[in-house]
Amino acid sequence: MDTGKNIVLKLEHLTIKFGGLIAVNDFCLEIEKGELVGLIGPNGAGKTTVFNIVTGQYEPTSGTVLLEGRDITGWRPHLIAASGIARTFQNVRLFTGMSVLDNVLVSQHLRLRSPFLSAALHLPDYAREERHVRAKAMDLLERLELTPFAKELAGNLPYGQQRRLEIARALSTNPKLLLLDEPAAGMNPEETTRLMRFICRIRDEFSLTIFLIEHDMRLVMGICERIRVIDYGISIAEGVPDEIRRDSRVIAAYLGEGGE
Amino acid sequence: MGKHFFAALRRHLNTFLTLMLVGLLFLALRWANTRLDDFTLRILRTGAVYIVAAVSYNLINGITGQFSLGPNGFMALGGYVVALLMLPVPQKQFVWFLEPLIWPLNSFSFASTWYFFGLSLLLAGLMGAFGAFLVGIPSFRLRGDYLAIATFGFGEIIFVLANNLIPLTNGPLGMKGIPELASVYWCFGWAVIATLVVSNIANSSYGRAMKAVRDDEVAAEAMGVNVFQAKMLAFVVSGFFAGVAGGLLVPLITTISPTLFTFTMTFNLLIIIVLGGLGSITGSVITAFSFAIASEVLRAVESPMNIGPIHIPGIAGMRMVVFSALLVLLMIFYRRGIFGQFELSWDWIRSLLTKAAGEEVRKKWTRGKTSS
Repeated sequence: MDTGKNIVLKLEHLTIKFGGLIAVNDFCLEIEKGELVGLIGPNGAGKTTVFNIVTGQYEPTSGTVLLEGRDITGWRPHLIAASGIARTFQNVRLFTGMSVLDNVLVSQHLRLRSPFLSAALHLPDYAREERHVRAKAMDLLERLELTPFAKELAGNLPYGQQRRLEIARALSTNPKLLLLDEPAAGMNPEETTRLMRFICRIRDEFSLTIFLIEHDMRLVMGICERIRVIDYGISIAEGVPDEIRRDSRVIAAYLGEGGE
Repeated sequence: MGKHFFAALRRHLNTFLTLMLVGLLFLALRWANTRLDDFTLRILRTGAVYIVAAVSYNLINGITGQFSLGPNGFMALGGYVVALLMLPVPQKQFVWFLEPLIWPLNSFSFASTWYFFGLSLLLAGLMGAFGAFLVGIPSFRLRGDYLAIATFGFGEIIFVLANNLIPLTNGPLGMKGIPELASVYWCFGWAVIATLVVSNIANSSYGRAMKAVRDDEVAAEAMGVNVFQAKMLAFVVSGFFAGVAGGLLVPLITTISPTLFTFTMTFNLLIIIVLGGLGSITGSVITAFSFAIASEVLRAVESPMNIGPIHIPGIAGMRMVVFSALLVLLMIFYRRGIFGQFELSWDWIRSLLTKAAGEEVRKKWTRGKTSS
């Protein structure tokens, strides 16, 4: 095991095939505690597939996913969430028929200790736990400036607030590692600037490690400390933003091979 | 001491109010039981049984969003459990004249006392829950609408078994002379229990997990919800109360036969929960009760009538035409049901009262201003 370095997520030789298509090929990555790492690549490069493997939506054909040294490959998604990985989705996936507060409370369910029967009969031990998680959720909403919407249906929020709520819901699971799938999608430059500040702030406040996918280069170059580029499921480059910006293979992948 | 009492009262105000309401209901039932005629009481009891069935059906269909078509099967299980346990032994010998009833049921029955009836209702509920458990295990391993098909099949299997397992069910002839034990107290007692338990679940962390599964299964799973467990809990609880509802219905009408629990039962319950609003417990309670009353009132449309010079002969089944037409109209104008996802709660009533009080104060204030 690595000593001195504090590796939160370690992906070893991840490969996934869908029929004849190799969506992700031999993907390796280490992310240290507190790092903010970006994953970029053209559309269809397999970025979200990497996220889906890490969060247990897909089981890799081969390779392993290690969270703080523990092998979590092939675990069910809810167990991976419980072990400390939370995510947001490329196209917002809130519980639209539930209130903002309830959306955040759903993420507390995995830590619930009262048995089903005491919840069904509303026994004192459950009532106490419910009061506790409600206070915790309200506190989280307060920190993310969502308190005014607490009782609003999630589906009725403006788009920007929906994105913010999705992050709040993920934070409510109390994660060590947060995966953000295109957090700036559909945002104007001003909103993106605010989002960049917001991401840095929650990383510090919640002592998170963040791994994000993004197409908005200003965001990726502005806040990521390290960037990995993939194309057709294969890693083609890795480095700090300045190196990536000048990398010929990256430019080729984004703009097409020269001369055509 | 008085201070402590009031502090506790304020903290548990909603519980106290609910208890008071249940107390009032009990008094109303006592009054009804002595003053109302048998026919009216029977309608009220049927209404209460429909509440039990509809509220529990709403838990799986409306709150968890899993389309089950199974309540008739689970109700049949519960109904046969209660019938077989409560039918007196001499009556059993009289009813099974083609083939004898299997041992040990042929030589034993519960005495017609309230505690044995209560016990048999619990067993009816457990039987319904067990049925739901069996259907749920394979169905919930798959994502999609497999539950509808599996539960529909389950109901049909129960129907065929009830028709053909003559040594157990007496086949199409069924049983009669079941003691009429389902009094208003039993029926409304279970209606209250089912409503309180289901609304407690819906408002708890488990209920939030169920609603999350309904809204977005993938996101729910990613947020740590055990989707299989959430569906299973909702379905088993739903099966339990469906079993109890079946167990109450049989000693209410004192007979049982396979035709009592055909798919029509499920269809009626589906109308009730969709009319009331999928996911609204308030809607289920009110619509279930109204449905039972409307079914009797609408008998009028099935009798022969004269509208001016036109004579219409009595048509059996016209009631269902009215209900179906109502459903179509509702789907056009109120797609989300009468109550949508609204829930009547003490907090809602309180907010309404404070708003009204605020209005009163404001009126006084402006009046004071203009007069001075």
